[in-house]
Amino acid sequence: MSLEVSENQLDAIIRAAIEKHGDQRDALIPILGEINQALGYIPGEALGKIRRCINTPEEGLFLADSHLYSIASFYHMYSLKPVGRHIVRYCESAPCHVVGGRQVIQRLHDFLGLAPGETSADGRWTLFQTSCLGICSVGPVIVVDDDIYGHVTPQRVSFILAKYR
Amino acid sequence: MKPIRSMVLVSNDPLSIEHGAGDVFQALQAEIRRLGLAEDIRVGTIADVGDWEETPLVIIYPEAVVYSPVTAEDVPILVEEHLLHGHIVKSLLGKMHEPVGEIAWLRTRLGTLPVQQRVVLSRAGVIDPESLDDYLLHDGYSALGKALTSMTPAQVIAEIEKSDLQGRGGAGFPTGRKWAFVRSAQGQPKYVICNADESEPGTFKDRLILEGDPFSVIEAMTIAAYAVGAQDGFIYIRGEYRLAYRRLENAIQQATQRGLLGDHIFGKDFNFHIHLHAGAGAYICGEETALIESIEGKRGQPRPRPPYPPTYGLWGKPTLVNNVETLANIPPIIRNGAEWFHQFGTQRSRGTKVYTILGNVNFTGVIEVPLGITLREVIEIYGKGIKRGAQLKLVQTGGSSGSIVPASLQDTPMDFESWRKAGVSLGSGALLICDEHTCVVDLAKVILQFFRFESCAKCAPCRVGTQRLYQLMSEISQGRGAPEYLDEILVLGRDMELLSNCGLGQTASVAVRDILKYFRDEVEEHIYQRVCRAGVCQIPGSPPAEFSMSQQPAAQAD
Repeated sequence: MSLEVSENQLDAIIRAAIEKHGDQRDALIPILGEINQALGYIPGEALGKIRRCINTPEEGLFLADSHLYSIASFYHMYSLKPVGRHIVRYCESAPCHVVGGRQVIQRLHDFLGLAPGETSADGRWTLFQTSCLGICSVGPVIVVDDDIYGHVTPQRVSFILAKYR
Repeated sequence: MKPIRSMVLVSNDPLSIEHGAGDVFQALQAEIRRLGLAEDIRVGTIADVGDWEETPLVIIYPEAVVYSPVTAEDVPILVEEHLLHGHIVKSLLGKMHEPVGEIAWLRTRLGTLPVQQRVVLSRAGVIDPESLDDYLLHDGYSALGKALTSMTPAQVIAEIEKSDLQGRGGAGFPTGRKWAFVRSAQGQPKYVICNADESEPGTFKDRLILEGDPFSVIEAMTIAAYAVGAQDGFIYIRGEYRLAYRRLENAIQQATQRGLLGDHIFGKDFNFHIHLHAGAGAYICGEETALIESIEGKRGQPRPRPPYPPTYGLWGKPTLVNNVETLANIPPIIRNGAEWFHQFGTQRSRGTKVYTILGNVNFTGVIEVPLGITLREVIEIYGKGIKRGAQLKLVQTGGSSGSIVPASLQDTPMDFESWRKAGVSLGSGALLICDEHTCVVDLAKVILQFFRFESCAKCAPCRVGTQRLYQLMSEISQGRGAPEYLDEILVLGRDMELLSNCGLGQTASVAVRDILKYFRDEVEEHIYQRVCRAGVCQIPGSPPAEFSMSQQPAAQAD
């Protein structure tokens, strides 16, 4: 989805995040988290804005945009690209795999026509692979936005996704 | 506090919430108020119950009756019959086909499941995890009180050392010794970190502890801080664990309000503050130095060790890093003494262990049992046997970085000592049970895919090695493998073990190595005959899966 973020909106999110978490280096990950939470992704221009807000060379804190980029790109929960209206995550770890996860993932890929990390042309879906979600006792598991679905079968995939417009 | 007659608990794990637990909770409160019972009956929530189809659950104490699944429409009948007239509503009972998670324990108490010995999960599913009062009524904070008023820091450490508690994060390092290192380390300030970045696939014991009994971890960290001389603590929790995060946030707030956290705890000259730090999705941050880097606001890439965190940790200061389950053992040990703790487990491995049972068994979920029971016991007693009467083929222990245990070793007692001898790591406590329909090549491929994705790419042996191992296994699974691949896998695996900077690279090849040790013939079939006997790998031009399966004897571990 081409989510247009206005300059002001982004500034406001960053200001609020710094207000909440502080302007030291250890606040960086929480700040990035707030932006990702609010917008679904971290726009490139946010990195420079954060840097300008928290750099205090006189206290020995001096970061380049590349530092911020390296952090934002390291953690899997952050996206650096705009995402669709609904985010579908699936776990491909062994516990889900041995109880039928392979077939579910295949069905997900076929149904959405997406590879992990891709967003559909109509902006409805983004598909992500996620690491184990710790709900393995009901595997295979998929997560759509914040809703968790357990004991998923290939047949259930289309029914689950039909709930999301 | 006014006595109450009944306590009603509603499950509110993510799955229950999706099935309307919030409505049930509100309906219960409204109905109880309407009938004028609000003074006598408390409504609370409990943690994970693990069962998918049958949520949400309503559990009523002191009878410990479990109703499931309950909808908001059921509530008026439930309240009127059970809470007003005192009759059990049979029509809402026992729809649960297989008890899972906390319910397993409730069933234990009701006499339908074998007894578990619970130390760290003793309160989970019994108390309202969002209520400090509830925690206080169940021995909460008596350990901290005892430590602060009648023990010196050195005595606290001595007690933990005497208990022989070993770290439950995977490595099994003696906890008391680690505390002593931090206490004697030079440098101020000192920090206490709770490692709640539980990311090992198949492991969710820490989530259950944090969701079910968050105050116990807070209390334990406070005891640790008193013992090692720290004023600030951090809980690094996975970004995915939102409910656990909220519960901890609430617990910290309530404890601070009551003076059990903050300045002058118990009126003593002892200050301790806890900061919550959510991860952002990186398996590697479970490694303690990567975790520390991440708290500092950097990429979560491990530091070279030594120096270890007890001397050089957060911001270069002495830092104690303990796993959630390890910490949850601390209050009961301090409260009851080291001798008491010795009644659980074996001579060499004291205490209980929380396991998650997964895969092709009839019961999947969490159990807490003494160290030293065997895999066979876990599978047959707690797992209720392999699904559909199939044969056990192998068990993967401790998540992706864990070992592969063939069926022939299932009678080895599960304790740190015996497993170390058998070359198996007890790891995080995940037990992934695989039946004969599992293909070892396919399993190895999935495990390596995970490491390839999660490698932090700081050091070459891991960055390149995980990619190459995956590539080789992937070729084999497609029937394009060459005999020399197996040697390359073993050599590469050994190199990664010796040369990688941290545990991720060092253990990434463990599963493949074990598979080649116990199931080499099956891997070779993929190469020489281009056949997958389990019928999982799709090998072009090989006989159809049904044919190859019927021609092969049921997979047997050698």
